Amino acid sequence: MPKDGIGASPKRREDVRFLTGKGRYTDDINLNGQLYVHFLRADVAHATINSIDTSAAEGMPGVAHVFTSKDFEAVGGLPCGWQVTDKHGQPMQEPKHPIIAEGKIRHVGEIVAAVVADTLGNARDAAEAIELDLTELPAVIDMKKAVQDGATKVHDDLTSNLCYDWGFVEENKAAVDEAFEKASHVTTLELVNNRLVANPMEPRVAVGDYAQHDDSSTLYTTSQNPHVIRLLMGAFVLGIPEHKLRVVAPDVGGGFGTKIFHYAEEAFCTFAAKQLRRPVKWTSSRSEAFMSDAHGRDHVSKIQIALDADNNFTALRTETYANMGAYLSTFAPSVPTWLHGTLMAGNYRTPLIYVNVKAVFTNTVPVDAYRGAGRPEATYQLERCVDKCARELGVDPAELRRQNFIKPDQFPYATPVAVEYDTGNYHATLDKALELADVAGFDARAAESKARGKLRGLGISNYIEACGIAPSNLVGQLGARAGLYESATVRVNATGGIVVMTGSHSHGQGHETTFPQVIADMIGIDASQVEIVHGDTANTPMGMGTYGSRSLAVGGSAMFRATEKIINKAKKIAAHLLEASETDIELKDGQFSVSGTDKSVAWGDVTLAAYVPHNYPLDSIEPGLEETAFYDPANFTYPSGTYICEVEVDEGTGKVDVLNFTAADDFGNVVNPMIVEGQVHGGVGQGIGQAMLENCAYDEDGQLLSASYMDYAMPRASDIPMITVDHSCQTPCTHNPLGVKGCGEAGAIGSPPALVNAVLDALNRNGHAVDHIDMPLSPSRVWSAMNS
Amino acid sequence: MKISLTVNGKTMSGEAEGRTLLSTFLREELGLTGTHIGCDTSQCGACTVHVNGKQVKSCTMFVAEADGADVSTIEGMANTDGSLGVIQQAFQDHHGLQCGFCTPGMVMAAASLLEKNPKPSEAEIRHHLEGNICRCTGYHNIVKAIMAASGQEVPAVAAE
Repeated sequence: MPKDGIGASPKRREDVRFLTGKGRYTDDINLNGQLYVHFLRADVAHATINSIDTSAAEGMPGVAHVFTSKDFEAVGGLPCGWQVTDKHGQPMQEPKHPIIAEGKIRHVGEIVAAVVADTLGNARDAAEAIELDLTELPAVIDMKKAVQDGATKVHDDLTSNLCYDWGFVEENKAAVDEAFEKASHVTTLELVNNRLVANPMEPRVAVGDYAQHDDSSTLYTTSQNPHVIRLLMGAFVLGIPEHKLRVVAPDVGGGFGTKIFHYAEEAFCTFAAKQLRRPVKWTSSRSEAFMSDAHGRDHVSKIQIALDADNNFTALRTETYANMGAYLSTFAPSVPTWLHGTLMAGNYRTPLIYVNVKAVFTNTVPVDAYRGAGRPEATYQLERCVDKCARELGVDPAELRRQNFIKPDQFPYATPVAVEYDTGNYHATLDKALELADVAGFDARAAESKARGKLRGLGISNYIEACGIAPSNLVGQLGARAGLYESATVRVNATGGIVVMTGSHSHGQGHETTFPQVIADMIGIDASQVEIVHGDTANTPMGMGTYGSRSLAVGGSAMFRATEKIINKAKKIAAHLLEASETDIELKDGQFSVSGTDKSVAWGDVTLAAYVPHNYPLDSIEPGLEETAFYDPANFTYPSGTYICEVEVDEGTGKVDVLNFTAADDFGNVVNPMIVEGQVHGGVGQGIGQAMLENCAYDEDGQLLSASYMDYAMPRASDIPMITVDHSCQTPCTHNPLGVKGCGEAGAIGSPPALVNAVLDALNRNGHAVDHIDMPLSPSRVWSAMNS
Repeated sequence: MKISLTVNGKTMSGEAEGRTLLSTFLREELGLTGTHIGCDTSQCGACTVHVNGKQVKSCTMFVAEADGADVSTIEGMANTDGSLGVIQQAFQDHHGLQCGFCTPGMVMAAASLLEKNPKPSEAEIRHHLEGNICRCTGYHNIVKAIMAASGQEVPAVAAE
């Protein structure tokens, strides 16, 4: 058996550089002659720009140039990568998204001007000398008010603030409504999925460089998908052909979705470096990050579940307002629609579903995908509503779920919201979670809490997600302006070592450790023989990057396919060396042998022959051993699981303590259990953050009230308990070669409803009839709910 | 102005303005980019170093205030043969890091804790990390790594 193959948990090789201060993050890159940009950002949410006087700033020490929108007249706007079609068959409204505000400011934080100078200090000082003449306009912040007749428009050239009104599946609406009329019970819940900021600990950075000698540009950037940035920025913004543009995303300090998107600062630095013939660097401050990184979530929803007299779910309908912010970020329109509506069946057999989503422009920072992206919003509605339903009916919330689960023998299962779950076993993860969380012993623990004056509650949530994004032909039909395959080049060296160049990008996921495990398993060599290269468009094949828990399911599958090609060719070479038929060659533990004989040749001998082809069938096989594969998935993957959380509520203050958290997930096959568990820990940590602490708040004038860590409550070490993680329930994916499903987002999807359900359980068990509290569950909100 | 410091046992000097922060000086002037900057309000702790043996967020201090001081950074935490020090090794063994950005600050904070309190409880570790934010790990494996670095029993890393 190979050392560190599939199923092992080798220590991460990337850790050594991170633990010794040798990581190479984008801000660690400094180029000769580099200039620094400071962006003058809007401090009002909505205004007409009457004039910008940069003359004083231009004359300040060290200033190379002050850029305004006039410098970008020949440049395109930031493109949107997904066009949603509304319920009437019309395309969404799509405003221009300029690099620098053109004539109008539409959100706090929008770039109004940019000073490039020899030092950051000089750039900042000069920015203070820019004179802006603005006429402030009323801000549009509340989504429901934004779509009323006569509301101030965020974009004058659009018909209204409604980006689209999406119905899914529109043809089912009448049948769904009819089922509600016949229902014996209907549960209704209105809730808010709070606006969040992803907050990877590394703020965004961009360094643009231009080489006059060959007219080429290079951008170093904190991206999850450098090829996507190269395509979007090159083709749609700056007009640089891809062979003249290199995008490098080196070590990236977390992403969580917010580093998928193509941002104005990236295009600015690339453009300005060419204009000024010197490298231009931008390092975001945390305050800038809060007002320029795309935000997440921000849905206001109403969900209804209809049941028959036997407590079977007969229909479900939802109406959601989804905030787009002031402009459409790269994948924003897809999040509340195709990543949200398609998951509304959850783990249940509900036969009739209708989802309506109104996407709304407001004078706020653009909103786009954040860990889970649409799926947390779907799961939160569904699992909160099912819990409320169980309370209304007086039945056990776990048993109501179990009764309505898709059964293990019903897979593959086609839902009424256009997806087909390939595999799953929701009963298994529910049973596992109930066991690990010792739900049977809860009453005794609750009594003990009560003796200490605390209200104890237990909350359950199931989740399903669609990962492994995505089949290109399907998403193309749904409005994606990109393919969503992944690529890998496997280069075998003469002495047998392997370098894999992948389009996937690791920004904490540990690909440098896990991807070699797969190849080690396939060939039977040590994982240490395999090296992973990623993050640089100059030396990796065109790939779509890392998000949507897709890296192993899609990128790993591309690597698998390329390695299969390698093995097939190596077998031909081995057959020649062994003077045997190719069909008789077997590969095991790094040895090619002739079936039924003791004749064999080692992996390293075959690879050497490929590059030193003296005794080699040159008439039928080319020398060398290097293969590329592009893998386009046949379907999404569908990880699922059950999460259980216990809390204590202080009745006097409303303070909630999260006591324990149990996650039982079905991720299909698992390559590296250590890393999978770490992903769940992190996801649950972010979900607890959403449920308990985090809230991106605007006032009615559009001022961002939570623009620093003083105001935006990030979960700290004391806010999160130890987390019990189990992934022993495995129903492997049937349509990718590794049988893997993806684990990156599950924790953030399943945990918020479990936590809110637990708090409501604590309250209702103890005489406080409270139906709902919106997240985050701050002491004041919980106390107010108990005392209203 | 010229600033001289002892950093990880070596005397180092460079030019600074009065407004230059210790964190900026370490990164930009001395090229010690292991110390990271994750916020601008002294909340995140990614820039944590030791100054004269005390745990300090290097963004809270002008480098002029540290002139002549003895500073330790993540670059000085490995053993003299280059192998990982005890705390660093425990972070790797227990998967106490993912993206690596908060990690230098976490290791420096952990070192400071273990110097004062060689056998901290879970609650004491969590309390000590109050000023260090991690967005990747949910803190679970960081807490375990610090417990392990202090020689205390912790569950095996996977399938616990």
